[in-house]
Amino acid sequence: MTQRKPITRRRIVAAGAGALTGTLLPGIGRAQGAPVKIGVILYLTGIQSFMGQQTRKGNEFGAKIVKEAGGPPLEFLYGDAESKPENGRVVAERLIRDGCTLLIGTNDSGSTISVAQAAEASKIPFLINIASAPQITEQGFTQIFRNFPPGTALVANAVARIKELGATTGVQPKTAVILHVNDTFGQGIIKGVDVLWERLQVPIKILDRISYDVRARDLSVEVAKAKASGADLLMPITRVSDAILMIREMVKQNWSPMGIISPGSPGPYEKAFTDALGKYADGYMSCVPWYNPTKKRSREIADRFERETGDRFDLNAAFAFEAVEIAADAIKRANSAQPGAIHAALKATDISDHIIYGGPIRFDEKGQNPNIGGVMLQNQNGKPVVVGPQDAAEAKAVFPLVPFDKR
Amino acid sequence: MRPPALSRWPALAFFAAMAAAGPLMDSFWQSLLTLVFFYAYMGLSWNLMMSAGLLSLGHALFLGVGAYATAVLIATAGLDPWLSLAAGGFLAAMVGSALTWLGARFSVRGVHFALLTIAFAELFRVLFDNWELVGGTGGFFLKAINPETNRPLATLRGGTLFFYLAFLSATAGAYFIIGRLMASRWGYRWRGLHADEDAARALGVPALQSKVLVVAISAGLAGVGGGLFGLMQGSLFPDSVMGVRVSIDILIAPIIGGLGSLFGPIIGAFFVVPLMEFSNVLAQRIGFFGLNTLINGMLILAVITFLPDGLWPRLIALARFRSSAQCSK
Amino acid sequence: MTTLYLNVISGGILIGVIYALIALGLTIIFGVMRLVNFAHGEMVVIGMYAGYALWSATGLPPWTLAPVAALLLFAMGYLLQKAIINAFIDRPQHAQFILFIALALIITGLHLLFFGPDPRPIQIVESMQSYAIGPIRLDVMRTQAALMAIGLIGLLMLFLKYSTIGASIRAAADNLIGAQVIGIRVRRVYAVTAGIGIACAGAAGALIAPLFDAQPFLATDFTLIGFIIVIVGGLGSLMGALVGGVMIGVAEALAALTVSPALKTIFSYALLVLVLLLRPNGIFGEPERS
Repeated sequence: MTQRKPITRRRIVAAGAGALTGTLLPGIGRAQGAPVKIGVILYLTGIQSFMGQQTRKGNEFGAKIVKEAGGPPLEFLYGDAESKPENGRVVAERLIRDGCTLLIGTNDSGSTISVAQAAEASKIPFLINIASAPQITEQGFTQIFRNFPPGTALVANAVARIKELGATTGVQPKTAVILHVNDTFGQGIIKGVDVLWERLQVPIKILDRISYDVRARDLSVEVAKAKASGADLLMPITRVSDAILMIREMVKQNWSPMGIISPGSPGPYEKAFTDALGKYADGYMSCVPWYNPTKKRSREIADRFERETGDRFDLNAAFAFEAVEIAADAIKRANSAQPGAIHAALKATDISDHIIYGGPIRFDEKGQNPNIGGVMLQNQNGKPVVVGPQDAAEAKAVFPLVPFDKR
Repeated sequence: MRPPALSRWPALAFFAAMAAAGPLMDSFWQSLLTLVFFYAYMGLSWNLMMSAGLLSLGHALFLGVGAYATAVLIATAGLDPWLSLAAGGFLAAMVGSALTWLGARFSVRGVHFALLTIAFAELFRVLFDNWELVGGTGGFFLKAINPETNRPLATLRGGTLFFYLAFLSATAGAYFIIGRLMASRWGYRWRGLHADEDAARALGVPALQSKVLVVAISAGLAGVGGGLFGLMQGSLFPDSVMGVRVSIDILIAPIIGGLGSLFGPIIGAFFVVPLMEFSNVLAQRIGFFGLNTLINGMLILAVITFLPDGLWPRLIALARFRSSAQCSK
Repeated sequence: MTTLYLNVISGGILIGVIYALIALGLTIIFGVMRLVNFAHGEMVVIGMYAGYALWSATGLPPWTLAPVAALLLFAMGYLLQKAIINAFIDRPQHAQFILFIALALIITGLHLLFFGPDPRPIQIVESMQSYAIGPIRLDVMRTQAALMAIGLIGLLMLFLKYSTIGASIRAAADNLIGAQVIGIRVRRVYAVTAGIGIACAGAAGALIAPLFDAQPFLATDFTLIGFIIVIVGGLGSLMGALVGGVMIGVAEALAALTVSPALKTIFSYALLVLVLLLRPNGIFGEPERS
C-alpha cells in the first residue's frame, strides 16, 4: 500500500481548499513563467498498481536526474486511472484542465488509447512511455509519440531470441502452448504472434492458445489445460499478479516444461514477482526491451536508482525514466510551455545517447519510434539478467528449465 | 408515479435556462453538468420501469447494448451516426422486450425478476467480453476526430459543449415524453400493476403487453443514452458499460431524488453527481481511497431510512408548507 | 486425459464446498426473514480481510482462523440486524434491495479506506504445495479450507437440528405466525439468524483468503455466485445450498476446461436464467409463499 502522511486537521482543510479551488475554479493559482506542467497518467491503485508505482518511481528519478543535469524546470502532476482503462480519458482531461501541456503515460494499452483520445481532442502532445498494442499508432492520432515497441516488434524480437537460444544451447523446443491475458495488451501480442509465426516460419508448433481474464483469481484450470497439451515450451503473456498465480499453480501441479519464455509481457522481471516466488521465479525468460547493461551510463543510472530507492530498475522504471529525458530534451529545444511548440520539438527528436538498448530515438510520421531493440531476460538467483543477444548479454542462459521439484 | 402536480412550464424554463447557460460555462462545468444530465436521463429511464413495479438491477445492459451497437455501426459498418444511434436504442428495446416477455411468460416476479435482470446483464457482459466483433475485454475504440474539421451534428461527436447540449436535450426530451406517457392510459395501467398486480389483472389490465411496453420504452431510452455515452467516451469496455457497478450507479440518483416523481431523478442527479465527483477528487488528493463509495452508501442509507420518498417530494412539501404558511398570514 | 478431468473436478468440489458455505448464509437469511442480502459478497470480503489481518498478526495457519472470523461476523450480523435491518422487514421489496446495496457500498468504502485497493496476498510455505493421491494432486490450501468448511457446515446443521434456538429458527422459517403464537420471540430469532448467516459468509471469506488475494472488488463475484447457488438449489433450502455449491464449483471448472476458461461464468449465468424462468424454486426449494 502507498505511504500516507499522517492526516492532520490542517492537511484536510488545506487539501479541501486545494481541491475546491482546483476543481471549482480551475486556472486560478497558476503563476506566469512557471515550470512546464507535465501530466502523468498511471495505474497507481488496483490490480495493476505494482507496475504503475514502479513507473512513477522511474518518472520521479528521471525528474531528479534531469534537474541535476540543468534541464528545463518541470512540474509533474500525477493522475490515477485506478487500473480501469476507461478512466484514462477522464484523468487526462482533468490534468489538461489543471494546466498540463504535455502528457506522459500510461503503462497499459487500454488506458493509453483512452488518454490519446483526450490528447487528440485538446491538441496536447502525449508521450507514451509503455504500451504495446499495435492499433495505438493506427487510429489516426496526431498527438502521440510512442517510445515503446508495438506488439509485432516485441514478437519479432522474441522469435529472434528464441532461435538464438536454440542455436547457442543446442536444445531445440518443437512445440509450445500460449497462456495469455485477454485485455487490450494481451490481444495485441497474440495478434503479433499469429502474424509473425507464419511469416518468419518459426519451427515451433503452437499447440494451444488459452486465454483468461486479467482479473482472474484462480488459474488452476488454465494451467491444467496447458500442462495437458504436453508442449515443450510455455509462452505466457501476463501481468504481474497472474504470473505469480500461474507459477504457483505450475509448482502445485508439478509441471516443469522445457522452458517458460514470454514473447513480450510483464510479470517475471518485476520485483513483486521474484519476491513472491523466491527460488521458483528462476529460469523464467522474457523477451522485452530493456536498458543496455553493457553501456556505462545505463549501468550507472540503474545502480544509482537501486541504491536510492531500494527498488529494481526494471522495464517500467527504465522507460518512465527515458520518457522524462525525451520530454526534457524536447522542452529544452522548444524553449516554450506551449503544446504546439512541444509537439514540434518532439517530432524532431533525435537522441543517440540513451539508456535503452537500441538505435537513436526518433519518431516516424505515426509517432512510433522504430529503433527500439529487444533483449532476452532470464531470472537467475532472484534477479532478471540479460542473456541475449550477445552484444548486450550479462550472463549465459540456463536452458532447459531446472524442474520445480528439484529446487 | 402520480401524474405530475406541477405544470410543464417551470420545467421548460429550467431546461431552456440550462441550455442558454451552456456556452457561458467553462469546460469543467460543462463536463460536470454533462455527467449530471447523463445520470438524470438514465435515472428517468430506470424510473419508468420502476413505475410499473419492475425493479431493474441490470439497467446497464440496455446502456451497453445501445453503446456498442451505435459504436460498432458507426466505426465498423460506416453507418450514419444518427441512424446508428436510433438502431442502438432499437436494439436495446428489443433486448428489454425479450427479457420482459420471458419473465412475464414464466411468471417471474418480485425478487426473481430483479435477479433475472442481473443475470441477463452479466450474461451479456461476459458474452461481450469474448466477442471479437466488439473487441472483447480488449475494448472497442472509435477513431479520433479532428477537432478542426469535425461537424458535431453530422458525426455526433464533438467537444464538451456538444455533449452537454446533447444530454441536456435528451433529458428534456425524456422528461416530456415520460410525462405524457404517465398521464396517459398506459401510465394508469403501469401504476396499477405496481400497486397490486393481481387486482390490476382482475380489472382487465393486459399485464404482459403493459410490462413489455414499459420495458421496451425504458430500455430504448437507455440504449440511446448509452449510444451517446459511448460516443462521448470514445472507448468501450464491457465491464465499464455493462458491469454491475454501472447498474448500481444508475439507480442511485433516482432513488435519492425520489422514486415516485418525474423531476426526482433530475434533482437526484444534481445532488449526487457533483458530490461523487468532488469526493472522488478529494479522495485521490488526500489518499483516502473509497471515500466516494462510502459517501454514496451512507447517502443512500440515509435517504432510504429517513426520506423513503426521496428528496424531491420533501422539497415540494417544504415549498408548499412555506407558501401555505404565507397565505395563512 | 482422465487425470486432467479428475484433477479439475476435484478442485471444483473443494472450492464448491466453500461456495456452499457462502450460499448457506444467504439461504438461511432468506428462509427465515425473507430478505435478500445483496451485500453478502461484501461480508465474505470482510471475512477475507479478517482472515488476512489475523494471519498477519498471529501467523497461525489460515484455516484455523475461520471460527474466529465467524464469531466476529456473527456479532456484526446480530448488531446490524437489530440496529438497521429490523426496520426494513416490513418495508416494500425494492426498499429492502436498496438497503442492502447501500450497506454493500458502505462496506466496500470502508475496506478501501482501511486496507486500500491493492490485493492482499497470504503467502506461506503451504501455498505452493499439493497432496498427491495417486494421479490426483490436491491443492493443500484448498483442501484445508474445504475440510474446515465441511466442519463448520456440519456444526451448523447440528446446531439447527438439536438446539432450542435452532428449533426456533426452523419454526420461524416454517411458519412465522405459528411460531409467534407459540411464544417464540421473533425479533431475537431474526437477530440470531442474521448473525449466523453473516457468520457463514465471514467464515467462508477467512477460508478463501489464502486462495484468492483479498481485495474489495471480489465482493460482487461472491454475491453473484451465492445467488446462483441459492436459486439453483432453492431459496431457503439448506440441502440446496450444499448440493448447489458443489454443483456450481464442479460445473464452472468443467466449463473452463471443456469450453474456455474465459467463458466459464457464462455457464453459471445461463443456468441462473434458466432456473429463474423454468424452476424458480430451484431443485430443493419450497413453493413461494405469498
